[in-house]
Amino acid sequence: MHYPHPESSRTQAFRWARTGLMRRCGRIQCQRAVSEVRHANPVASFDEAREIGLDRTDLVSMYRNMLLTRGIEDRGRTLFKQGKIPGSFYTGLGNEASAVAIGSAMGPDDVGTPIQRNIGVHLARGTQPWKILAQYMGRQGGPSVGRDGNVHFAEFDLGLITMVSHLPAMLPVATGCALAFRIRDEQRVAVGWFGDGSSARGDAHEAMNLAGTRELPVVFICNNNHFAYSTPNRLEYAIEHLAERALAYGFDGVVVDGTELLSVYRETHLAIEKARSGGGPTLIESVTLRLEGHGVHDDASYVPRELIDEYRDRDPIDQFHRWLVEHVDFTPDEQRELESAVKQALNEALKLAEASPEPNADSLLDGVYAARDALEAPHFS
Amino acid sequence: MAERTYLEAIAESLRTEMQRDERVFLIGQDIGAYGGAFKVTNGLQETFGEWRVIDAPLSETAIVGGCTGAALMGLRPVAEMQFADFVSCAWDQLVTVAAKQHWRAGTPVPIVIRLPSGGGFAGGPFHSQNPESSFAHVPGLKIVCPATPSDAKGLLASAVDDPNPVLFFEHKHLYRRIRGDVAEERFTVPIGTARLERDGDDVTLVTWGAMLHVAIEAAAALAAEDVSVEIVDLRSILPWDSDAVLNSVRKTSRLLVLHEDTYTAGFGAEILATVAAESFEYLDAPPQRLTAPDCPVPLAPSLERRFLPQVEDVLHALRELLAY
Repeated sequence: MHYPHPESSRTQAFRWARTGLMRRCGRIQCQRAVSEVRHANPVASFDEAREIGLDRTDLVSMYRNMLLTRGIEDRGRTLFKQGKIPGSFYTGLGNEASAVAIGSAMGPDDVGTPIQRNIGVHLARGTQPWKILAQYMGRQGGPSVGRDGNVHFAEFDLGLITMVSHLPAMLPVATGCALAFRIRDEQRVAVGWFGDGSSARGDAHEAMNLAGTRELPVVFICNNNHFAYSTPNRLEYAIEHLAERALAYGFDGVVVDGTELLSVYRETHLAIEKARSGGGPTLIESVTLRLEGHGVHDDASYVPRELIDEYRDRDPIDQFHRWLVEHVDFTPDEQRELESAVKQALNEALKLAEASPEPNADSLLDGVYAARDALEAPHFS
Repeated sequence: MAERTYLEAIAESLRTEMQRDERVFLIGQDIGAYGGAFKVTNGLQETFGEWRVIDAPLSETAIVGGCTGAALMGLRPVAEMQFADFVSCAWDQLVTVAAKQHWRAGTPVPIVIRLPSGGGFAGGPFHSQNPESSFAHVPGLKIVCPATPSDAKGLLASAVDDPNPVLFFEHKHLYRRIRGDVAEERFTVPIGTARLERDGDDVTLVTWGAMLHVAIEAAAALAAEDVSVEIVDLRSILPWDSDAVLNSVRKTSRLLVLHEDTYTAGFGAEILATVAAESFEYLDAPPQRLTAPDCPVPLAPSLERRFLPQVEDVLHALRELLAY
């Protein structure tokens, strides 16, 4: 393990900025020149996609993960109605593009703290669909081994950290991951998710403020889907775009159309690579509409009909299908083949998930505490 | 062996742990250049640099949540709450995130939260509390409350070694008042083991933290009257050494629990319930608690003296128990 030399140029620069320069310039002086929140452009051609490292296979693979996301959640809805899912059930209908794009833009050693509309993140990182269905059903094979349900899971081996209900409690955790990367001088990035509702909580402020003061390699993603349960944006915050808050923390804010897979991918890719090269945090506000209720128990009757119609017309999967047809000659045969492969994957996943046993009740108390040998030995200097 | 104050023992332990394991880093408010509100971390930033002794913004949530993230990434964070009272601001990160993470996801969260706690110096309602009982109800956390310099050093080493979130309550009133012999080499005091402070036959006095020293004075006074008090220094609250307490009660048949935290649902209640359930037939008197009353910690010395258990209160409680 390597630690930065106490007098590394970065440390020196930090100290200099903090003491000498700051004092000389007075307290008004801002450390970083940040102008205003930026609105992302659509990715208008295959060439533009290639510029951010995506080839045709990558594009089709992301499309597949969107289809798989929707398929898993459709199956989940059915399982819930059949009484096979204990507790509650939540979907990310309308957020498939944003989740898949961000999960795909993360590097292999990057980590993230996805939340409840982010099944696509898990799929993009490599979580097997059957594990997600087993998770929904509270089975032993789910990543939470039946100890927690629905979307409260993550596979740590894939660089994901499981969420808690108290959003945005995972933002300070993501900042802490980034702090570890900075302490060890690793070229890794943490991605932390929150929503328009949890933007109103103090954890969001503390996490972003600490990340800003230390210029940590973390990207904050706000899934702004217009409603926090039933509460509309105008009752959650009083500014036009949540991304504007980034300016107050001394880093960049970007607003992106969360229904456009490639726009989200490009902005996340740029933000992650900027963070990786020492450029500090970014706040990306990914704007979508939650096309269903908060959970299956909620009919979302408070969402204006016109808004739903507008976003149905902008369905992220249909949009990206049109993009593929237009820009990379995606054929009806390929579409049929893909749909059939996804269906087969879902059927296999269902079989495996239903075969997964319920957790053994005798295991209830296992692991309340980690055993001493759960961690490696000390690292001697 | 060397004589150390309680504060010096903690400082020495932090330095040792940082030298021993590169993964250990400190984070807190004013702990770096300033050396900490109580100077526990004085000089550490000079030795280890500003990325291992990190001055954080006034953000308890970000500090504790940040520790959890860093721990998940393989580091061994040690956070300082400037006063234990402020840990309320980080409740969610400890109770909701850190404490449940291993059980839910199988990922250990080896973090230590140092909590300068306790009253006795006119700190008032927000700089004097002993909130250990609030956290004792949370499965997944560990809690230690050392009362001596040696235990402070050894328990801190154990806390850093432990793969779970550990709340390390260090009593502010002991920082510079208490001295004792401390082994110079690194050693650990196992979490969850009590220490027999004083051997006795007539009554068992269970306590921890600063109250140990009140208990010692009271026991010495009663020794002059030929009453022998056994003092069990609990040292750890979660897990707690019920065997040590039950063994002592089975010997003396009388129990007084003394703590600085308030009465209702204070940790003394847990101890009494366990003793009543598991040693009822050994008891010669109803087990009793002597604690602060159910009231916020007051500021004025006259009020605080009434609030905190005093030696004469302990003597009174012990005599009543012996006379039952």
